Amino acid sequence: MRLTVNGKQQTYDDDADMPLLWYLRDDLRLTGTRFGCGAGLCGACTVHVNGQAVRSCQTRMGTLEGKTVLTIDALAEGGRLHPVQRAWIQHDVPQCGYCQSGQIMQAAALLKTTPNPTDADIDRAMAGNICRCGTYQRIRAAIKTAAKERA
Amino acid sequence: MIVENISAHAPAKAGLHVDRRQFLGGLFSTGAFVVASRLVPSELLAQGPAAAAILNTKADTAALHPSVYLGIEPDGTVFLVTHRSEMGTGIRTSLPLVAADELDADWSRCRIEQGVGDTRYGDQNTDGSRSIRDFYDAFRVAGASARAMLITAAAAQLNVPAGELTTANHEVVHARSSRRLGYGALVSAAAKLPVPAKESLRFKEKAAWKFVGKDTDIYDLTPIVTGAAQFGLDVYRDGMVYASIEHPPVVGGTVKSLDNKAALAVKGVLQTETIDAPKPPLLFQSLGGVAVIGRNTWAVLQGRKRLQVEWNDGANATYTTTPFRAAMVDKVKQPAKVARNLGNVDAEFAKGGKVMEAVYYTPMAAHASMEPPAAVAEFRNGKAEIWCPTQNPQAAQETVAAALGIDKRDVTCHVTLLGGGFGRKSKPDYAAEAAILAKKLGRPVKVVWTREDDIRHDFYHTTAAVYHKAAVDAKGRPTAWLKRSVFPPIASTFGAPAPMNFELNMGLDDSPYDIANIRAENAGADAHVRIGWFRAVTNNFHAFALHSFADEMAHAAKRDPLEFLLDLLGPGKVIDLKAQGVDYTNYGAPIDKYPVDTRRLRRVLEVAGERSGWAKRKSGNGVGMGIAAHRSFNTYVASVVEVEVDRQGRVKIPRVIQVADPGVVINPDRVRAQLEGAAVMGVGLAMFGEITATNGRVDQKNFDGFRVARMNDAPVQVDVHFVESGNLPTGVGEPGLPPVIAALGNAIYAATGKRLREMPFSKQKLV
Repeated sequence: MRLTVNGKQQTYDDDADMPLLWYLRDDLRLTGTRFGCGAGLCGACTVHVNGQAVRSCQTRMGTLEGKTVLTIDALAEGGRLHPVQRAWIQHDVPQCGYCQSGQIMQAAALLKTTPNPTDADIDRAMAGNICRCGTYQRIRAAIKTAAKERA
Repeated sequence: MIVENISAHAPAKAGLHVDRRQFLGGLFSTGAFVVASRLVPSELLAQGPAAAAILNTKADTAALHPSVYLGIEPDGTVFLVTHRSEMGTGIRTSLPLVAADELDADWSRCRIEQGVGDTRYGDQNTDGSRSIRDFYDAFRVAGASARAMLITAAAAQLNVPAGELTTANHEVVHARSSRRLGYGALVSAAAKLPVPAKESLRFKEKAAWKFVGKDTDIYDLTPIVTGAAQFGLDVYRDGMVYASIEHPPVVGGTVKSLDNKAALAVKGVLQTETIDAPKPPLLFQSLGGVAVIGRNTWAVLQGRKRLQVEWNDGANATYTTTPFRAAMVDKVKQPAKVARNLGNVDAEFAKGGKVMEAVYYTPMAAHASMEPPAAVAEFRNGKAEIWCPTQNPQAAQETVAAALGIDKRDVTCHVTLLGGGFGRKSKPDYAAEAAILAKKLGRPVKVVWTREDDIRHDFYHTTAAVYHKAAVDAKGRPTAWLKRSVFPPIASTFGAPAPMNFELNMGLDDSPYDIANIRAENAGADAHVRIGWFRAVTNNFHAFALHSFADEMAHAAKRDPLEFLLDLLGPGKVIDLKAQGVDYTNYGAPIDKYPVDTRRLRRVLEVAGERSGWAKRKSGNGVGMGIAAHRSFNTYVASVVEVEVDRQGRVKIPRVIQVADPGVVINPDRVRAQLEGAAVMGVGLAMFGEITATNGRVDQKNFDGFRVARMNDAPVQVDVHFVESGNLPTGVGEPGLPPVIAALGNAIYAATGKRLREMPFSKQKLV
């Protein structure tokens, strides 16, 4: 089968049940996508498939024929950081940083569908992404900053 | 946290006033450089020239290298070594900032390197909130030594007295002649100079500090937001295989029978290996079990599901938390070993006045750092090399060495970024597992723990019962106060049945309230799972009980809780705990430099009252504020929590105010971040944190069973304020947590009239 990952055509002929997460990490060595729970409960592995945020630990390779995958590793385009990444820097969001790939991918997807999210929108979209360091307040502020920048 | 009296795992005792050039084995002529006390282990002196073989950073090999933490190249690049682990506190940036400030360096020309496990750096166990406290001085010395040497070299070159020279932004400046020399140009001359004695160094005045006290982005900020940052799981080595381990479901269990056929039939699975069960004491050994080895992570996870293993459970299969809790609650009402005694509480209780008592209970909790434990190991020619997210690379060396039967100096431990730690990653069992398998297989191995492994096989934050009893006077003020705790101790992991002193010194026998008659008692309880230190350790339950009980007394007397707490503290003073029979370890810090000073506790409480609008707060009808203050890890923090409890009993937390006095603040934004995060973790632990066991098996498996705070559970806003006391800097990783738990319980009481004496709060009926 064929799929596109971060703008590059890839072919895949291995186990159709393998989650996208392990294909990205072990096969392509795109390690920016993190393993957190393996059960769709924490959001650390969030990537975009055809523009939508999905949990890569719950996305079987067999479902990705002809699909386009974007990971944190290629969210910055042409050397310019995505507005969400810039807002993350402006607010000094990360502590340990491990969950932030997933948080950023989730937030970027949110802003695509909801350019000016309310607090309730943010809660709804981000509640699936755990940050054990507790950076939620800054994540919320950074999403609002990124929304303004994109407006 | 500090492990005391555990020789195998205690940090090596450090020598005083050691000449660095001497321990570098005569590579240099003998100089007079005095490394800050406590930094250089004496065992290294005995190594002689062998020490030269462990040079391993660019700072080590730089032309000018006045300290193990700092080197400068002729192109002016400054290499700063962080030997403490980065798990989210910002320490990898903060300690180098201290050196760069004294050096008057251009921060953009500084490169940070992570030190491998190496006793030359002194203690590397990144826990106990002590990296800044213990190494602030060493990094100032490193920067100031280099600056002094560069000035001396410039004085010779410019033929002017050194006293006429200053430094600014990576240059030595002679103002009178308007001449400037870049640091790089001076390196080769400065490198020939003796390293100045610490006593001769002149440190910057506070007004001249360029980085300390100002916000600086963490060094890894951009790599984190682009996904490029390297955590333990991100290490890949040529020829590497993957391993996932089925551990015995009960601690101490062994393999009775194994059928691996179905596992081996999974495409990509190569083989299975049995890892021996640990011999007591558990220490940081692997729990043992069956490892499935294969060509990628997915294959080994699939293989594990198809393993057929029967276990001999062993003695811990008797452990079920419900009856265990009942036994602890009974035990905590019985007299126990006295840890502190002032006056005579029994005589006071016997007078027949008003007496209050309460029992508090807290369950176990898991660390659940977002990155599960992981490690990569190689074994070649009798030597091991490991890469892992560890808070304690020297313990990793020791644990790997013991597991492989080699010398710890033959173990190199590379420290990656840590995807959270919270105490879990001070215990390097996973590194030992990777090393054991690498030796067996003769190729590099990555060990991956799943989330289920992490939650079911943690070194748990222990469960506790805490009892308080007080005799109170007409104003509701206690005249006698007895407090007692019972819990399976951390000491059990090291083979000791009773809690160690440090476990009692965290909120049980160091209570700051100024009462005439005080007694603190403690009894251990048997441990049936691995117990370990978790962020803020035993402070969490001791402080929850202590400051909840204080709040109960305030309300019983119909007094304002803040006013009541200030009354309990009295005018403020330094408490001499030793005089009251306390064997007080003070978080490993000298008590003369870091006393228990209740004036500082009063001050954070007063500021918290002002900043929170305490005097104008609303109470009742589902809204309320709670307050608590706690000294831990030598730092003073007051927390005010605001809650809204709706008709369904759902708790919303609009705001938390955190007021801290950690002495000198190095990187204020990161200190704020720690106190923000502690508020979130404190709320999560209090509301949801619960690990239970049935027949020795932990019941929770993933984030659905073990709940942590999500965005919609967390405080909407956490405001952080500092009290600038000018005291010596102390840590901030942990002390923000304990007062939040009690303040939250007190806020819920103010809002609903429901007193919470057990966690998790979410299981209590609030309306």
